Amino acid sequence: MSKITLALAGNPNAGKTTLFNELTGARQHVGNYPGVTVEKKEGVYLHDGYELHIVDLPGTYSLTAYSVEEVVARDFLVNEKPEVIVNIVDASNLERNLYLSLQFLERGIPVCIALNMIDVAKSRGIEIKSQKLSELLGVPVVPIIARSGYGKHDLMKTAARVAEEKTVQKPLQISYGDDLDRVIQEMEKEIISGNFLTDTYPARWIALKYLENDELVLSKGNAANPALSEKLTGMTRSVTAHLEDTMDTYPEALLADYRYGYIHSIVRKGVIRRKDDENRLYTSDKIDRIVTHRFLGPLIMLAVLLMLYQFTFTYSEVPVSWFEAFFSWLSDTVSTALDQGFLKSLIVSGIIDGVGGVLGFVPLIMFMFFGIAVLEDSGYFARVAFMMDRIFRIFGLHGSSVMAYILSGGIAGGCAVPGVMATRTLKSTRERMATLLTVPFMNCGAKLPLLALLTGTFFGKNKALLMFVLTLISWAGALLVAKFLRVTIIRGPATPFVMELPPYRFPTFKGLAIHTWERTWQYIQKAGTVILGISVIIWAMMTFPELSEKEIQRFEHQQETLQISLDAAISPSEAGHIRKQLQDIDSQEAKERLRNSVAGRIGTFMERVTKFAGFDWRINIALLGGFAAKEVVVSTLGTAYSLGEADAEAAKSLSETLAKSPSWSPLVALSLIIFTMFYAPCFVAVVCIIREAGSWKWGLFSMVFNTLLAFTLAVIVFQLGSLMGY
Amino acid sequence: MYRVNMRKMEDNQSGVISAVRVGGELGRRIRDMGLVPGTPVRIQGRAPLYDPVALRIRGFTLTLRNSEADHIEVEVA
Ligand SMILES: Nc1nc2c(ncn2[C@@H]2O[C@H](COP(=O)(O)OP(=O)(O)O)[C@@H](O)[C@H]2O)c(=O)[nH]1
Ligand SMILES: [Mg+2]
Repeated sequence: MSKITLALAGNPNAGKTTLFNELTGARQHVGNYPGVTVEKKEGVYLHDGYELHIVDLPGTYSLTAYSVEEVVARDFLVNEKPEVIVNIVDASNLERNLYLSLQFLERGIPVCIALNMIDVAKSRGIEIKSQKLSELLGVPVVPIIARSGYGKHDLMKTAARVAEEKTVQKPLQISYGDDLDRVIQEMEKEIISGNFLTDTYPARWIALKYLENDELVLSKGNAANPALSEKLTGMTRSVTAHLEDTMDTYPEALLADYRYGYIHSIVRKGVIRRKDDENRLYTSDKIDRIVTHRFLGPLIMLAVLLMLYQFTFTYSEVPVSWFEAFFSWLSDTVSTALDQGFLKSLIVSGIIDGVGGVLGFVPLIMFMFFGIAVLEDSGYFARVAFMMDRIFRIFGLHGSSVMAYILSGGIAGGCAVPGVMATRTLKSTRERMATLLTVPFMNCGAKLPLLALLTGTFFGKNKALLMFVLTLISWAGALLVAKFLRVTIIRGPATPFVMELPPYRFPTFKGLAIHTWERTWQYIQKAGTVILGISVIIWAMMTFPELSEKEIQRFEHQQETLQISLDAAISPSEAGHIRKQLQDIDSQEAKERLRNSVAGRIGTFMERVTKFAGFDWRINIALLGGFAAKEVVVSTLGTAYSLGEADAEAAKSLSETLAKSPSWSPLVALSLIIFTMFYAPCFVAVVCIIREAGSWKWGLFSMVFNTLLAFTLAVIVFQLGSLMGY
Repeated sequence: MYRVNMRKMEDNQSGVISAVRVGGELGRRIRDMGLVPGTPVRIQGRAPLYDPVALRIRGFTLTLRNSEADHIEVEVA
């Protein structure tokens, strides 16, 4: 079987991922938002004795090197040298998509064009003669509909043929006008005679990149042959001066003008037939008239977000209660089946309470992700970025930051990990850094269990409204911190907005299912691995060392004495009284046991500082666990209180336990909520931040800075609240 | 026929781009999207806070900040 490496490349939103999934059976994210695919993904397609290795590259509008995606795509093309590039072109948006195709052709790599979305084009009254286009460009063009899989076999056959034939694709030569053509020719001569980078690139292409001042090529050139590189930059300088004098333009601008001119001339040679005007209003534009309307737009946005809340919190209540019932049943069953001892304690208090506490929220997370998927896939998020940019700019951010915030839990229930990754679509390092350092403040799905538990326990009925308020607080915090970062450690001017608004599309069921399931599954996996491991470790820390012999004997002695007087009791009221005393002793023993453990000692030690925020030693234990993963806060609280509980029969829900506990009050709950929202990102997020920001220092920074900030806020809340008498 | 700065154009007004006076990253990003001299554009609308602006160009919708539209000169009827 012959192996062929094939890269899918094209503009953002052209349908690359859809095609990739269709071909490889993979389930990658498809999103109606420019720049969803930020990493390259690989899969295999078997066809007619070919083994096609397919790589899904991030979408780019051109092959310069301004954004991370462009660099990823370009590096891949240079380093891995795929045998063929399948260039996905959105037929409903032909001219702009061909701009990238042209750059592939100029680069002289084997290309096969997949003319995608012909269904959309058709519904807009656009007909494209693919045969004609193929003749004019000199590469095969295959019409497809990535969504339905129409044309995919044909496409693969053609791509395989292009790769097999190994015809050295002759680089396309476009005329750039007299002035530029002359200098390009001179540069080409120099490049060829100097053997300058010609192993890697075509000579003409190198000349073009010098004229465009492409940093990557320039630095490679400087390394390879400084003298010649200097000569080429000199030629660029003189032609630049000449163009400025005579035509008030620069080489870069002229190159783009001529490329688009070339495309326009091709398209006009009978490639496109339109029924009506190119710029007529489509349904999508009519929707936008309302959805981004000056007054209606923001109202609709607010309504949409509130609806999402209502949907998530109200409809998930029933399935969440099923899950809870299941876990308490499981806990009871195991309790009765096992003998008293460490094994039972480990399984019931460590594993079931820990992991169950997290898994119980799976339905809620799923509802939330489903809602987010609908908004993302329909194209609404791009509108949100458009409407919010003016506000985000005030804080030194970018309209596209919205997407990262929302994924991280800006609409409560996301996850900072995809959020941090999504910042890759931001072109500017500064706005990107400010965004990725502040997205962990959002109320991610892992914080939700705690927030839901505490608001439910201490602040009464209206959970949806309260969660909405907490979301606003997290947004305010994130934006203010972003502003603070942008005027201190990541100062600098704003970068271009320039964003495409993709047409609204009906989300496909498959797309929604993939989205929802993939993210929910990540949550479940986290519960099954990280959370499970941490639960067990924390259980051990909370169980060992045991109380000293002496202490145990002291409790046993008291219990025996009471038991004897209980047996001797005459009246039922006396017996009841003694039984109550016995229970008190039991729970006191349990509490002492926990306090004496490693975790208890650390927690108690920390009380010296955390008491200013109202946290007792048990909360400290939970918060320590939360450094690893935020879900652990709830599960540890659960374990702390169930270990502290004398008998499992009287197992109350955690909510009831907290409501009755004297060390808890609404004020403590509020302080804890604020602290949890703002303190250090979980380990996984920190790792992601380090990777995306390019230095472990940023990871460390986010842990220290966020924790200090959170603690300050919690202290302020608790002290002010105490002063006001709560 | 006269030339105006794109920022000054009203909603639904059409014209033809006559110049894009900016280089560097912004210039390149604007040109990549097909905003080059000779291209017809129409102002589709503006965000609720009057910024960014949405344009219809080459059959798709593009959004730009006003400060970016400042570099673009359009010939209108
Ligand atoms: N109608 C239609 N929609 C498509 C087609 N291919 C992709 N889409 C939609 O276009 C949007 C962008 O697709 P995606 O694969 O994420 O694009 P990518 O950014 O290039 O990976 C999604 O909403 C897809 O469902 C197609 O052939 N027809
Ligand atoms: Mg994609």
